[in-house]
Amino acid sequence: MLRIACPYCGERDYIEFLYAGDAAREMPALSDTDIDRWTDFVFFRDDPKGEHAEYWQHQHGCRQWLKVIRDTVTHRVISVTPAIEAGLQADEDKVEVA
Amino acid sequence: MTHYSAFSLFKQALGGNKGWSRAWRDATPKPSYDVIIIGGGGHGLATAYYLAKNHGITNVAVIEKGYIGGGNTGRNTTIVRSNYMIDGNTNFYEHSLKLWEGMSRDLNFNVMYSPRGQINLAHSPAQMDAAARRGNIMRMNGIDAELLSREDLKKRIPILDYSDTARFPIMGGLWQSRAGTARHDAVAWGYARGASDRGVDIIQGCEVTGYLWDRGRIVGVETTRGEIKAKKVGMAVAGHTSHMARKAGLTLPIETHILQAFVTEAIKPVIDCVVSFGAVHFYISQSDKGGLVMGGDLDGHNSYGQRGDLPIVEEGMAAAKALVPLVSRLQLVRHWAGVMDMSMDGSPIMCKSPVEGLYINGGWCYGGFKATPASGWCYAHTIANDAPHKLNEKFTLDRFRRGYQLDEKGMGPTPWAH
Ligand SMILES: Cc1cc2nc3c(=O)[nH]c(=O)nc-3n(C[C@H](O)[C@H](O)[C@H](O)COP(=O)(O)OP(=O)(O)OC[C@H]3O[C@@H](n4cnc5c(N)ncnc54)[C@H](O)[C@@H]3O)c2cc1C
Ligand SMILES: [Zn+2]
Repeated sequence: MLRIACPYCGERDYIEFLYAGDAAREMPALSDTDIDRWTDFVFFRDDPKGEHAEYWQHQHGCRQWLKVIRDTVTHRVISVTPAIEAGLQADEDKVEVA
Repeated sequence: MTHYSAFSLFKQALGGNKGWSRAWRDATPKPSYDVIIIGGGGHGLATAYYLAKNHGITNVAVIEKGYIGGGNTGRNTTIVRSNYMIDGNTNFYEHSLKLWEGMSRDLNFNVMYSPRGQINLAHSPAQMDAAARRGNIMRMNGIDAELLSREDLKKRIPILDYSDTARFPIMGGLWQSRAGTARHDAVAWGYARGASDRGVDIIQGCEVTGYLWDRGRIVGVETTRGEIKAKKVGMAVAGHTSHMARKAGLTLPIETHILQAFVTEAIKPVIDCVVSFGAVHFYISQSDKGGLVMGGDLDGHNSYGQRGDLPIVEEGMAAAKALVPLVSRLQLVRHWAGVMDMSMDGSPIMCKSPVEGLYINGGWCYGGFKATPASGWCYAHTIANDAPHKLNEKFTLDRFRRGYQLDEKGMGPTPWAH
């Protein structure tokens, strides 16, 4: 069983968590109108065979968002950091006020 | 190569079955080819076969890192159908089903295509409406589809749970009678035999580790058995599409995930068609040996590990029990996993890549077995003509940028939830 060590709750089975995918992508600013940057962000993934940065939410625990580094071949979890510390920003931070 | 027939079977039996020749040549790599196909799964082998048969291109090698058919070809649950709804998918999958219908004869190899029928169950009035709409679209495209009622189904598939306590009451469903199953290994072997007979080299135990470049163009591959030159290189590596694209400097709208399948102990015949649950992602059929073959959701997180975790076993079996109560008495004897190239809209990508000399065929998600013949047919056309066949012209890479995704389920770019 894949186990994730939540920094708040301790190590738990992965079924307590909601998977939210690739955490290496950077969202363009909401004011950005460049179609290629948005296409990249929305649809394209590095999808590495090896270390992968990904978001998980401890949905059935503390409900915190976590950034996990995990090996996609061995499934070994390499690190777990609260997403806030890892630099996940709320969308409104990125809106440029005209 | 021996032509298989009732007569050859009889003749060989009299000779103690000692006179059979190899079905295909286990080739060693030549220094160069016109076309190299990376990946000896069904898609790669079918592509080589149709390159030779339809386009007269026979100086071709299929390069497989393991043994042919050892990837998803040999791991899938073998469901073949063409009940697609979106323009671009509909006719492609119907062409594929037509090729399935003639495949054993064409290949002179029994692929055990069994049009036993497939039902997509509906459990609510809204699902019945959606089934009717899908059926109408299929019929307008000349594809067989029939809307069945709960009463029809009770007669046709009696072992489903029609009781008052059923967790998801069955209201009816959409039936495709030409859908069914085929023998997965036989498909790989049949195409390999046909391709090899036409001069294609099938090279096993040879991993492609990189590409040969000349002024920004791909001109061959680096392998664990040395460099091999080629005018054109086509990938057909299924769960390694992202990985092999990255080696060419490309990022794709694909994520790699694991999908599991399950088989119970063999029992007497109880299900003579393929049943897809409409409430949760789950489907079931019975193999000729008698085992119930089942599958459902992805494990749900990016993975290249060809093995599954236990929660999906529990989820799958809960679904099985809810739909077919008698499975609670059976033992599960095997479960395994394959690595899926999940595209961002659930539809495949088959086109020239942005790198000259390289062609992409991937993003088949968990539905690529049924696509095997049409994929080979259209990919061969794309490689031979440097332009797509009419049937795969919508499977482009730039559809994502242009806003023309082929999202059959309307799920959006969350491939682990498809
Ligand atoms: C559990 C499960 C159930 C499924 N059920 C169904 C179903 O019921 N119906 C359906 O239509 N589809 C189903 N699918 C999907 C289907 O199996 C795949 O979409 C399809 O088989 C993929 O194409 P392929 O056959 O060419 O792939 P594969 O057989 O995986 O072929 C790819 C080959 O490429 C080789 N390769 C990879 N990298 C390299 C390299 N660097 N060098 C050389 N060779 C390489 C691999 O070893 C592999 O043999 C299922 C899949 C799974 C895992
Ligand atoms: Zn927690």
